[in-house]
Amino acid sequence: MSATATLAPPILEVNDLSVTLGTQRVLEHLSFVVRRGDILTVLGPNGAGKTVLLRALLGVLPYEGRVSWAGGVRIGYVPQRLPYIKDMPMSVEEFFALKRIKAAAGHEMLAAVGLRDELRTRRIGNLSSGQFQRVLIAWALAGHPDVLLFDEPTTGVDVGGEETVYKLLARLHDERALTMLIVTHDLAVVYDLSTNVLCVNKSSVCHGPPLTVLTPESLRRLYGAEVKYWRHEHG
Amino acid sequence: MSLASGVFIGAAGGYLGSLMLSRRMALVAGPLGHLTLPGIALAILYGYDVSLGAFPFVVLGIVLIWALELRTKLPMEALTAIVFSSSVAAAFLFLPIEQAETALVGDIGKAGPGDTAASITASLFILVAAKTSYTKLVLINISEDLAVSEGVHVRRTNLLYLLCIALIVALGVKVVGGLLTAALVAIPPAVARNVARNMRQYAAGSLLVGAGSAAAGVVLFQLTGLPAGPLVILVDAALFLASLALARR
Repeated sequence: MSATATLAPPILEVNDLSVTLGTQRVLEHLSFVVRRGDILTVLGPNGAGKTVLLRALLGVLPYEGRVSWAGGVRIGYVPQRLPYIKDMPMSVEEFFALKRIKAAAGHEMLAAVGLRDELRTRRIGNLSSGQFQRVLIAWALAGHPDVLLFDEPTTGVDVGGEETVYKLLARLHDERALTMLIVTHDLAVVYDLSTNVLCVNKSSVCHGPPLTVLTPESLRRLYGAEVKYWRHEHG
Repeated sequence: MSLASGVFIGAAGGYLGSLMLSRRMALVAGPLGHLTLPGIALAILYGYDVSLGAFPFVVLGIVLIWALELRTKLPMEALTAIVFSSSVAAAFLFLPIEQAETALVGDIGKAGPGDTAASITASLFILVAAKTSYTKLVLINISEDLAVSEGVHVRRTNLLYLLCIALIVALGVKVVGGLLTAALVAIPPAVARNVARNMRQYAAGSLLVGAGSAAAGVVLFQLTGLPAGPLVILVDAALFLASLALARR
């Protein structure tokens, strides 16, 4: 969107990426580039392969094609769900101790995402969903990553007038010169937050700045039906 | 002798169990224990250590279930049921019936100095391996993706974890027999989770409950002459009931 974003060096180059799980082709021939400082949202309907894309980029899933991260890039990952963690009697502090970082770095990140210090000894299972998501973001950021991969931030976690997760992400992006890849199906996020959007439904449906590439036609191809929410701007 | 090996095996079972419980894998030690029965039967027939007889069968069982899963795409639990029930059936074809109790509920009273030294060494191996990879395994339990993003070598860590499970099952049959191995890894962490405030207390508690219940079971066996294996499990169960009273959630 901005001139600096398009001129920045690439941090991730994906060429002809395809993923097959079992006998099913989940992603087909995806190619795109992410530059330093970009916020790329990955948009698509349920089952379109968005999470699979993130997992392939992380190197957890086998894929065909080429995924090349810039040398020495550190990746922070915020998964969509962690179903088992609430079964463990784990405190927030102990969750951070699983990372190879100094305790002070964990405290600093908790403060940066707007969590009070006394939450450190609280059990993860006793956090509200909003607090839990913030803890996950702080955890991903505690190793000072260059890139944040975020799978489906929950919308509407702004109980009691706290800043929303999206405002938080926008602030962290500005403060820490982070590159972000965010999976979502929330169009408002795409327009408000991202520099680029990648519409995925097995293959790439559109890719580019949201105001340019999100047209009624591309959204219809993405979701297969009329989508009412579409922003049009002149000039 | 039997007290020393019981305490070490109990401690290793409880500690490793604290990892298995949070991965919802505590019950796998059950079928794995059952499928060692032909190995135990062979050991009894030819007069060698039951753990030595059991170990190759656990490893074989794990490999068989893994290979069948790759080939058939049937759910793991169905394959486990097929493998362990065939194994139990095979054992009863040639297990001398008067020896069945040893095979089913264990007989730690027979431990000699060589057995005891081997049991303690293997238990220490499990304790050290689990301790050194505890953080990584907890991270894998929470999410393999998260573990990968932190640079954990998931496959290597899981292999070590499976080896420890195979070892604890083989050791466990000595204390509680092929029928009750799940209890050795499931009950101590369940007790600890009821009372622990954090992971450190949970892991230490699992170890202590495992060691303590094994010690109490063996002492009760020496006092009463009743079989030690069931006594260990009943002490565990009693501790679990007591922990419910203190449970915090």
